[in-house]
Amino acid sequence: MTDIPHSREQDRDQGQDHDHGKQRLPSDPALRVMALESLLVQKGLVDPQALDALVEAYEHRIGPHNGAKVVARAWKDPAYKARLLTDATAAIAEMGFGGLQGEHMVAVENTPAVHNLVVCTLCSCYPYPVLGLPPVWYKSAGYRSRAVIDPRGVLREFGLELPAEMQVRVWDSTAELRYLVVPQPPPGTEHMSEEQLASLVTRDAMIGVALVRSPATGELP
Amino acid sequence: MNGVHDMGGMHGMGSIQPEENEPVFHHRWEARVFAVVRAMGAFGRWNIDASRHQRELIPAAEQLRMSYYERWLAGLSQLLVRHGFLSTQELATGKPVPGPMMLAPALPADKVPGFIAGGSPAARTSNSPPRFRPGQRVRARNLNPIGHTRLPRYVRGKAGMVDRVHGVFVFPDTNAHLRGESPQHVYSVRFEAQELWGDVAVPRDAVYVDLWEGYLDAL
Repeated sequence: MTDIPHSREQDRDQGQDHDHGKQRLPSDPALRVMALESLLVQKGLVDPQALDALVEAYEHRIGPHNGAKVVARAWKDPAYKARLLTDATAAIAEMGFGGLQGEHMVAVENTPAVHNLVVCTLCSCYPYPVLGLPPVWYKSAGYRSRAVIDPRGVLREFGLELPAEMQVRVWDSTAELRYLVVPQPPPGTEHMSEEQLASLVTRDAMIGVALVRSPATGELP
Repeated sequence: MNGVHDMGGMHGMGSIQPEENEPVFHHRWEARVFAVVRAMGAFGRWNIDASRHQRELIPAAEQLRMSYYERWLAGLSQLLVRHGFLSTQELATGKPVPGPMMLAPALPADKVPGFIAGGSPAARTSNSPPRFRPGQRVRARNLNPIGHTRLPRYVRGKAGMVDRVHGVFVFPDTNAHLRGESPQHVYSVRFEAQELWGDVAVPRDAVYVDLWEGYLDAL
């Protein structure tokens, strides 16, 4: 069976067909979007500068570095971690993050016995304030369909083989709750500062498709 | 609706292809669609449930062929016409038809930070106590509404245990059709993987699904 095409494949195909080294012809949706935006601007319904500001916010300000700060603080500060696991929305707001698509947050903690994985099988719900916008694979039919029925197989494809005795919990974001996985800290990082720790925490670890590796030895928790 | 968007547990839906150093947007038009959807949503003529449902209504074969932001573009175009922001003629020609301008002002750039920070909370208050408590056994009802629902097919008829009570939230099944918010308690329900998938699942694994009270029966 063939894979369902998405924008990346389409992009590559178009690159071969139309990219003559310099200028690339816009794909069909590109033209339609340009026309739609221009129409809405002419009708006074959108302010192009507001659109720029929205794009800028998610391209440059809001992303997984926010979530990494939350996780690093939880690793360093047990009282903060307790607040995060009890009322994630409030604890994340303490760090200055919240709002659109993160109005109601839940944090789930990985332990030596439990591994957590987040998916949205019905659409592509994702905690914007702490992780930014979702990657293409998170929104893909392959991930959305398989994460609930074959989480261990999905994790294996991400290079993560979990021991059989570990429990896998999959969180399907079907309501307006958004999930953040608090990964386990890697071994030998107890001496590191919160800032250093934050630099180790990846987006994938906060979705639950990866663990956080020790920077010195590459060891996993 | 029993649509193709309800993908949990389906086979043959394609591979998972993580991309190293993936950009936030792969094309400028994706960024613009994202922003236009948010900016038009700020008018409050529809809501997140209506907007999801509009994308679910895209014919299944097209839905599967489209990329994520193509689905957003298709859903948005439909909403703009349905709610009178654009006529079908305007949408087709890209030219505004002279007529009265809509009075609602566009979201201005200086309001964007507040718009993002405020979001659109879905929690509501209610005087009625939750019907279920943590630890209680429940069964997801076998509902097959033709409209919008957030009860995935793969849990219908399955037994689980209430893990936690999240609080009271807007009910998507009515809100998506602009028939009121009808707030209800929402629960995180733990379903054992083997209850959902049988013997192919690992015994101790589980799936947690957030479900509205009306989706559940006591066991």
